[in-house]
Amino acid sequence: MIRAAVRFIDQRSGTAPFIKKTLRYIFPDHWSFLLGEVALYCFMLLVATGVYLTFFFDDSVSQTTYHGPYKPLDGATMSHAYQSVLHISFSTKAGLLMRQTHHWAANVFVAAIALHLLRVFFTGAFRKPRDLTYLIGIGMLTLALLEGYLGYSLADDLLSGMGLAIGYSVAMSIPFVGANFATLIWGGPFPGSSSFWPRMFIAHVLIFPILIALLLTIHLVLVASRHHTQFKASKRETERQVVGVPAFPGQAPRSLGLMFAVFGVLFLLGGLVQINPIWLWGPYHVGDATNGAQPDWYLGWLIGALRLVPSWDFTVGSYTVVPNPFWGGVLFPTIVFGIVALWPFLERRVTGDVAFHNLLDRPRDNPWRTALGMALLTWVFLTFMAGSADRVDVLFGIPYSRQIWIYRVIVWVGPLVVGAIAKRVCEELLRGEQAHAVRRAAIAEARLIER
Amino acid sequence: MKAVFAGLLVLALLVPVAARAGSSPPHVGIVTGAGAHGNGLEELGASLFAANCSSCHGALGQGVAKPTRGAGGVVGQGPPLRNVGALAADFYLRTGYMPLKDPRVQPSRSRVLFTDRQIRALVAYVASLGHGPAIPQPQPQLGSIAAGQKLFTQSCAGCHQIATEGGYVTGARVPPLEDASARQIAQAVRIGPYVMPKFSSTQISATQLNDLIAYVQYAKHPDDRGGWSIGRLGPWPEGLVTWLIAIGALVCVCLLFGKRLRS
Amino acid sequence: MTKLKDWLVAGGVLLVGRRRRERRPERQRIVAAGAPNRRAENVLLLLFFGVTLAAAAFIAVYALDRLSNQTQWLGLALGGSFCLLAAACFVIAKHLVVSEELAEPYPERESPAAQGEVEQIVHESGSRFTRKRLVTLAGSGALGALGLAALVPAASLGPVLDTDSLYTTPWRKGRRLVDEAGKPFVAGDVREQTFYTAYPEGGDRELIGAPLVVVRLPLEEITEPRRSWAPHGIVAYSKICTHAGCAIALYRTPTFAPTQPRPALVCPCHYSTFDPADAGKVIFGPAGRALPQLPLLVDREGELRAAGNFSGPVGPSWWGVRMGKARS
Repeated sequence: MIRAAVRFIDQRSGTAPFIKKTLRYIFPDHWSFLLGEVALYCFMLLVATGVYLTFFFDDSVSQTTYHGPYKPLDGATMSHAYQSVLHISFSTKAGLLMRQTHHWAANVFVAAIALHLLRVFFTGAFRKPRDLTYLIGIGMLTLALLEGYLGYSLADDLLSGMGLAIGYSVAMSIPFVGANFATLIWGGPFPGSSSFWPRMFIAHVLIFPILIALLLTIHLVLVASRHHTQFKASKRETERQVVGVPAFPGQAPRSLGLMFAVFGVLFLLGGLVQINPIWLWGPYHVGDATNGAQPDWYLGWLIGALRLVPSWDFTVGSYTVVPNPFWGGVLFPTIVFGIVALWPFLERRVTGDVAFHNLLDRPRDNPWRTALGMALLTWVFLTFMAGSADRVDVLFGIPYSRQIWIYRVIVWVGPLVVGAIAKRVCEELLRGEQAHAVRRAAIAEARLIER
Repeated sequence: MKAVFAGLLVLALLVPVAARAGSSPPHVGIVTGAGAHGNGLEELGASLFAANCSSCHGALGQGVAKPTRGAGGVVGQGPPLRNVGALAADFYLRTGYMPLKDPRVQPSRSRVLFTDRQIRALVAYVASLGHGPAIPQPQPQLGSIAAGQKLFTQSCAGCHQIATEGGYVTGARVPPLEDASARQIAQAVRIGPYVMPKFSSTQISATQLNDLIAYVQYAKHPDDRGGWSIGRLGPWPEGLVTWLIAIGALVCVCLLFGKRLRS
Repeated sequence: MTKLKDWLVAGGVLLVGRRRRERRPERQRIVAAGAPNRRAENVLLLLFFGVTLAAAAFIAVYALDRLSNQTQWLGLALGGSFCLLAAACFVIAKHLVVSEELAEPYPERESPAAQGEVEQIVHESGSRFTRKRLVTLAGSGALGALGLAALVPAASLGPVLDTDSLYTTPWRKGRRLVDEAGKPFVAGDVREQTFYTAYPEGGDRELIGAPLVVVRLPLEEITEPRRSWAPHGIVAYSKICTHAGCAIALYRTPTFAPTQPRPALVCPCHYSTFDPADAGKVIFGPAGRALPQLPLLVDREGELRAAGNFSGPVGPSWWGVRMGKARS
């Protein structure tokens, strides 16, 4: 039966040799190599649940009065978009499950990419010939962040509406052209024209997913054609020879199992843990706000940055050259993404190492890279923590204003300290291994002499 | 270099300790005076007031404008209570906001040390100091949750958070409302304790107050049909669940399915 | 009787004989052989059965209207079935397929020969051109111009060249202040120690220039020269934060001034704090610009009206925010 199916396909496409090659394609074996796959499966689930949601969502921001099943909002003025999300949550069977799974998947998607990026960075997998693959990955990360932001803003609830106002202000803060750029995207001053919502909708359901899918395809093709990198675990793994598990039958049940596990975890979360209960937030209106409004976790570093920058619009005469949100909302992420994206080229330039690398470093094998990477991560992480300072004040009583001052200092000092510690730890670990090897050789020699 | 690191580490450890020391809740006790037994309510109230409140609020409730160091090193400073009425006294005492050890610290809900009789006595005494409002009798069962939701969003959510989980305003913590009784909500709205605005009946009528309380009571057990509500604070706990539960579980799955580096 | 049996046997042999599997020619194994594991197979069967049950449960829960906590049961059923399927795959991976560790060479780093041929093809194809550089330049210019032209319609997305609308607010002199319900504000009813949200009568409320936050302070606390903007000490400010556009929905007002922070308007997004007694100056937080104030007047009926437009453009800062006045 299998013979018949393969024959059918081969006669019509000529791909039997390709299929055979694919079946025995070698996957180097390490748990951390599976993180990218986790992101991939999250994306697949996002598309599947997302398609379902598009069948019910109304992308109109024109106002209506609610008289639906959720009584606490009876008589409230809201957009059709918000109302359609209420409808999905309350009146569509399995609608809330799909909505919540979709949102959890988005959060986990970006988290998985972040972990995958950390693995790729600290093992040097981005080195030639995989620097292009890496760059495409950074592109996907950027798109994922924006895509998530657009997605949760579509519901037009109080929290995400406040977030859109902030996004608009960040766009406005770009020197010289900010206002033109912001009014271009919004179709006018905030809250924008009536076509802004359909614009956001089509970006979220069509344009960004297509871009991500395109980049993802190229990314996977490049990974496959150059083959995956590997750790040097024994004499067999070399720069010229890859050792691992064949796709079939070895890797297939693992990858499939991981896929089902990702789906399982996300659907379990989607059913059991409430996320973004927009009916509790209420609809967005320009004159309303709530305390404790936060963006989704992957934009937390930006709210931290916005809160840390001191009160200062940089003006030259009557020209407001750099409005305040620019530093935290535009410059900070540009620098971070810039360093991350350009890293392979910077490292090549500084170390002079232009060779091909198929073997991975352990983090300790490259103390400078690990130290600088940890420093950058610390910079971002501490800024991210600053965004929770108000919650920390409420929970632990440490005054917010004092925390802000502390963060303003440690956000610069912390990376230096962590970087120095990381470098030292790597060097000590390497020295320890050398000493261990010398000791083993000495013991072996001693045994030889004894005989 | 090592000394600098050591110094930074010590600093890093000291700062939260110092911060904590400055803001820990005061440790209070109460004094029951000599006239605690067998007296009328107002006399009991007067003696309790003298023993527990007068150092900050003045012997006749006239207030203490400048910080004054009294017996036992207690620093007293507090607003006058002349016309605050039973409404305010009842609120502050039943929430445990008062007595407050340090006048510079924000009052917060704490264990009530007075007995019910003592509270009624103090309330009667404070009410007798002037012509303040009586203890309100709200009727949230007559209120509309939907109207309350709208009013809460406009007037309260900025500080108390839309799901009444509390929050922060520059210089003060805003309490969550899960422990607030209907009466206490009505009282707080009219008093505006600490830095909260004070809403009179011309701004929020008695009917609107019923709506507001109905909403706050609803928000204590709202519609959580999505599952475990994780605090109703939005993306903050959602991020924690993403990393601690979802990514934690999936990394474990990766560990199960992949092979560790054998080195 | 035996004749019938014979016919039956013959028929059976014919049928079975037809379906008899083709004998595979002897060939070398590609995939290594592995020992069977019946226990694992049994666990696998159990897991598959579990998946089936869970999937059926999902369908059942979906169909049951009256079941409460539908979302939780649906999630448990669907998530559970996927998790069981994942467990099944795990059992297969660990116990029911062979653990092979194979080696193969990494692909060629590059193919200089093919690279050379590509270059040669392109180079030889241009043999009929005499002025390659000029043609290339002209071609690039042409395509570039066309590309630019193709991008230009994107400007229709918004008023990209005209940012004048950013100065416009729905307020002008004489416009009456109304509350959420549309009721005008009577100056005498505006109390101290509380805050109000006001909108322009008849105007669009969803513009950032529309909402106001109105508070009353003792007249002597309001700094000059804005004292004339505050009849009876009533001040009105734009409710939209000048930092990042959130509504300033917090008002901090002390019950006892000596020990408590002074009155301030606070934004919940990044805690920009503005002083209503001092022309909306920023006293904490990242906002880089004072809160625009709307001058007020009290009309003959004792109601609050705008006495002009804001002290400056409303909302977040941009290049020209200090270059123009707020206008109607």
